[in-house]
Amino acid sequence: MSDVAIVGVGMHPFGRHDISGMEQGAFAARAALADAGAQWSDVQYAFGGSAAAGNADTLVSTLGLTGVPFINVSNGCATGGSALISAYNAIKAGAADVVMVIGFDKHPRGAFDPQPSDYGIGDWYGQTGMMLTTQFFGMKIQRYMHEFGITRETLAKVAAKAFHNGSLNPNAWRRAPMTEEQILESTMIANPLTQYMFCSPGEGGVGLVLANTDVASKFTDKPVLLRSAVLRSRPFGSFEVFNPSLADQRGNSPSVAAAKAAFEQAGVGPDEVDVVQVQDTESGAEVMHLAECGFIEDGGQEDLIRSGATQLDGSLPVNTDGGCLANGEPIGASGLRQVYESVVQLRRQGGARQVKNEVKTAFTHVYGAPGISACTVLSV
Amino acid sequence: MTVLTETVDTTARAIEAGLFTWPAEQPRLIGSRCKACGLVTFPSTSGCSRCTADDTEQYLLATTGELWTWTVQGFRPKSPPYEGPVDFTPYLVGYVALPGEVKVETLIVGVGLDDVKIGMPMELVIVPFHSSVTDDALVTFAFQPVSAARPAVFTTAANPSNTGA
Ligand SMILES: [Zn+2]
Repeated sequence: MSDVAIVGVGMHPFGRHDISGMEQGAFAARAALADAGAQWSDVQYAFGGSAAAGNADTLVSTLGLTGVPFINVSNGCATGGSALISAYNAIKAGAADVVMVIGFDKHPRGAFDPQPSDYGIGDWYGQTGMMLTTQFFGMKIQRYMHEFGITRETLAKVAAKAFHNGSLNPNAWRRAPMTEEQILESTMIANPLTQYMFCSPGEGGVGLVLANTDVASKFTDKPVLLRSAVLRSRPFGSFEVFNPSLADQRGNSPSVAAAKAAFEQAGVGPDEVDVVQVQDTESGAEVMHLAECGFIEDGGQEDLIRSGATQLDGSLPVNTDGGCLANGEPIGASGLRQVYESVVQLRRQGGARQVKNEVKTAFTHVYGAPGISACTVLSV
Repeated sequence: MTVLTETVDTTARAIEAGLFTWPAEQPRLIGSRCKACGLVTFPSTSGCSRCTADDTEQYLLATTGELWTWTVQGFRPKSPPYEGPVDFTPYLVGYVALPGEVKVETLIVGVGLDDVKIGMPMELVIVPFHSSVTDDALVTFAFQPVSAARPAVFTTAANPSNTGA
């Protein structure tokens, strides 16, 4: 069976902009094509999506009416990851040799106002004030801290690292570093999480050009192998957002299954990974996802993070571009941003944020409502 | 934080029918139990998320349990869907583990930020819900620490003895 390579990456900077989400998607797609030295007419299949900025397939009127099959993907926070998996499978299946993936979005300040009926929940849940993702994040890390001895100082360290990395990333939204004290003393949003421990809805776009490894050399002499791309929904007993009740019996998060399958499919283990991007919707999520994805045992994060291991010069750099905390979360683009950053790190093109150690293998993890997770393993 | 001093009007309407028994001497949350594997869920569902069977029966949940986790809602949620008072006061939410049954997500009353603790014994209470969209008297469910004073229950003349201690 064919192997899959990423031969071009492009990004429209994250943040807030005066142009539409769709235009940010077109910008990213063109940047990815330019990076690959490819033309839009080389693309044989395309997958794309946004949660709130329009139908991705209408980008053909901007990029060119080549007749390319273009499939819109809509899968909540895993929209980008799902588009990538679709592209990966298309190449694996032999349906195309050159495939474009585009994710973009544009959310206004304070966006994301989910309604209970969209999640199969009674109206009372929203009426009485329980339909908020922030509550879930607060309650999940609160329980985790109680069980495994994680401290609020560690949550602040995660956010401080994100803003530091963001300050070194010209495409990031939040470019100002912040001290742990500033983070701890900012407004309490959902105990134990403060304002600067949370990411915000934002804007941005990412494009990726994928190719069958047989033809990858046409575009680049430095292909990055996409070793696996896996999506999982939640298993029984997991603790997810928007659940009026949880089972008495506790089960794993969908991230556990997605990461395990991604590593198995790639034939590598977590101990072989040199750089990690995990979903950090808030700083507690980064802490918990490191364990759910198999990089550390539950509770080990306290020492790991205090030791500086997750920083750019550490042994396991995490969220090297500033993650969601410094980049915001344009839903359709967010998961693809992690893949873009992995490619940048594998090519050693990170500039000021390039990790110190050698990078041969990278890992990405995206997580979203109502309990989905998508992971990839990449290598050079 | 909300501390219960309010009177509960038993003629008030439940925020949603089928969520808890009301009016009742001892209100209970209404869940369901899978006839095949015994899984308890809340609110009631017709299918089972554990064994995938589709035959369930009504099951009234225990009224006491332990606080499993909690957080504070520090800002007024967006309307819609939120219909609480326009004049906002932060409130606590959490999951209460009902042993051997299910963990229920709930508003938490009768305790403040300084005293709320994972593991504290909790009990079900029915509390007034001050709606910003209707003048109707509404009630919803919440949990409070077992040691907290019970809300006074105002009843119609038919049942004057049903007063909280
Ligand atoms: Zn069952």
